[in-house]
Amino acid sequence: MITSELTPPQPEKPRESRRPRIMGAGKQLHAGPLTYAVLALFALVSLAPLVWTAIAASRTDRRLAETPPPLWFGGNLFKNMETAWEEAGLGTAMFNTTFVAGTITVSTVLFSTLAGFAFAKLRFKFSGVLLLLTIGTMMIPPQLAVVPLYLWMADLGWSNQLQTVILPTLCTAFGTFFMRQYLVQALPTELIEAARVDGASSLRVVWHVVFPAARPAMAVLGLLTFVFAWNDFLWPIIALNQENPTVQVALNSLGTGYVPDQAVIMAGALLGTLPLLIAFLLFGKQIVGGIMQGAIKG
Amino acid sequence: MTSSKQALAHPASSAEAASGDEPGAAGGAHGRGTPPPGTTSWRSRLYRWDMKASPYAFIAPFFIVFGAFSLVPLLYTAWYSLHNVQLSDLDNQKWAGLDNYQNLLSSDFFWNALGNTFTIGVISTVPQLMMAIGLAHLLNYRLRGSTVWRVVMLTPYATSVAAATLVFVLLYSWDGGAINWALGGIGIDPVNWRESDWGSQFAVSSIVIWRWTGYNALIYLAAMQAIPSDLYESASIDGANRWQQFIHVTIPQLRPTILFTVVVSTIGATQLFGEPLLFGGVSGSKGGSDHQYQTLGLYMYDQGWIIGNLGKASAIAWSMFLILVIVAVINLVFTRRLRKSQ
Repeated sequence: MITSELTPPQPEKPRESRRPRIMGAGKQLHAGPLTYAVLALFALVSLAPLVWTAIAASRTDRRLAETPPPLWFGGNLFKNMETAWEEAGLGTAMFNTTFVAGTITVSTVLFSTLAGFAFAKLRFKFSGVLLLLTIGTMMIPPQLAVVPLYLWMADLGWSNQLQTVILPTLCTAFGTFFMRQYLVQALPTELIEAARVDGASSLRVVWHVVFPAARPAMAVLGLLTFVFAWNDFLWPIIALNQENPTVQVALNSLGTGYVPDQAVIMAGALLGTLPLLIAFLLFGKQIVGGIMQGAIKG
Repeated sequence: MTSSKQALAHPASSAEAASGDEPGAAGGAHGRGTPPPGTTSWRSRLYRWDMKASPYAFIAPFFIVFGAFSLVPLLYTAWYSLHNVQLSDLDNQKWAGLDNYQNLLSSDFFWNALGNTFTIGVISTVPQLMMAIGLAHLLNYRLRGSTVWRVVMLTPYATSVAAATLVFVLLYSWDGGAINWALGGIGIDPVNWRESDWGSQFAVSSIVIWRWTGYNALIYLAAMQAIPSDLYESASIDGANRWQQFIHVTIPQLRPTILFTVVVSTIGATQLFGEPLLFGGVSGSKGGSDHQYQTLGLYMYDQGWIIGNLGKASAIAWSMFLILVIVAVINLVFTRRLRKSQ
C-alpha cells in the first residue's frame, strides 16, 4: 500500500492515549510555580460554585444567604433531595430529560455519521453547496422557529408531550459538520474503494468500514450532544409545562416559584446537573480530546 | 508513518472481525468478487444506482429535519410577523403589514433589549476569550496531571444552565450573599447585583463567562499545539523573549481560531436566554424590575408567551436574525481587510 504514505496523520484514539499528547507542539517548557498557582486559582473558581451547591444542598437552614455563608456540609442532603425530587417534580423531570436527551443523542450520532461520511468521502452533485448550507444553518437562532412550532403543536394537540421537544433536534448541523471533519482524515479512501471493488453495497460499506473508523468521534459527539440536549432551554420551556417538565423547566419553576427553602432549591440544582457531572467524570478525558480535535480544523 | 499504517490496518481488521464468518468487505482478494461494472446484469445496474443515490440517502435525514423544523418554520415566522397573532385568539389572524415592525422600532423596550444584548454580549465575550487564551497558554506548558487540569477547567461546561444560574443567584444575593460578604471582607460596600444596571448585567455575564471560559481555552490549546515549533525557534534566534514570542508568534497563528470563537460566541450572545431568565426569578422574562438585563431572547419570550403577542414575537425573532446577518457581513468585510493588509 504505497498510497498509505500519502494519508494524513491519524487522529489519536482517546482511549489509547496514556502518554501526554504532544501534537506538533512548540517546545514544551516545564511549568513553573507561578503557572501552577494561576491554574489552581482557575480550578478553584471552576469548582467552587459546584462544591458550594453541594454544601448548600445539605444544610438544614432554610435561608442560605447568611453572613457568613455556610462553608461546610450539613446533614440534610438526602432529605432535601427527596423534597426536591417529589415536591418540585424533579423526579419526573429527570426521567423526561434522560429520555429526551438519550433519544436525541442516539439519532444525532447516527444521522450525523451518515451525512458526515457522505460529505467527507462521496462525490455527488451539489455536495459543496449543500455542505455550505449545512454550516450556514448553524447561524439560525432557534427563536426563528418557535412561534410556528408552537402553533403546529397546538393544532396537533401535542402540547406538553415529549415528542415535541425531541423531533426538532433529531439531528444537528453541528453534528454533521463535526463528523465530516473527523472522517475526512480518519477514514482512508482506499478502504472504501477496496470494499467497492469487492462489490459491497453502500450499507455494507457504512456498517463494516465507516462505523468502525468513526467510533471514537461518535462517542465524543454523543457526549457533546447529550450535554447540549440536557441544557436545551428555549423550546422546552415553551412546549412543556410544570406537569411534564424537563429538568431545565422544572428548575426554572423551582427558582421562580415561592419555595422558601433555599436548601431545597440547591438540592434541586444539584440533582438537575448530577447526571451531566457523572457522565463528565466518567468520560471527561474523551470530551476534552473531542473538543480539542474538533478545533484544529480550519 | 508506521503509525498511520497501523491505523490503516486497524479499521480493516475490525471490519473483518465485525463481519464474523462472512467474507470481510475489506478483505481484499478473498472477498466474493462480483464482476466489475461493465456487465449489464441487473446486479451491476442496481450497484450503479446504489452508488448514485446513496449519498443523497445519507444526507436526507439531516435535510428533512432541517427543512421541516427550521426552514419551513423560518418562513412561517416571517409570515406571522406580518400578521396580528394573539395567543388568546389563535384562529383570528389578521394581516397587519409592517405594523409589528413599526411597533418594535418605536418601542423603548426593544431598543433597551438590543442595547442589553450588545452590552452583555461584549462584557461576557471579550474577557472570556482573553482569559481563555491566557489559560490555554498556561495549559500548554508541560504540566503534571495535564488531563486532570483540562477536565477541571471544562467542568462548568458540564453544569446545567439552570443549576449554575440558581447557584449564582444565591451567591449574588443582596443581603448575605457570599460575593457581597467577600467584598465586605476587603472593605468594599455591598453591590445590589439584582437591581443595579451594571451590577446585574455583570452578574449575568459572569455566569456565561464561568460556563464557557474553559471550553474556549481547550479550543485555543488545540490550536496552540498545532503551531509549528520552528516558528518559535526562529523567533528566539531573533532574540524575542517569551512575551514577545507570545505576541508575535502565538497570537497571529491563532487568528483563524480566534475568529471562529468570536463568531460562535457572538451567535451565543445574540440568543442569550436561560441565564437572564432564571437570574430574574419571579420577574425573569422582564429581565429585572426595570428591564435592566432583558435580552432580545427574553424580550421575544416575554412578548410571545407572557404577554401573548405572537406576531410581535415573530418580528423580534426576524430582527435577531437580521442582526446576526449584519454582524456576519461586518465580520467578513473585516477579515478580508485583515487578509489584504497582510
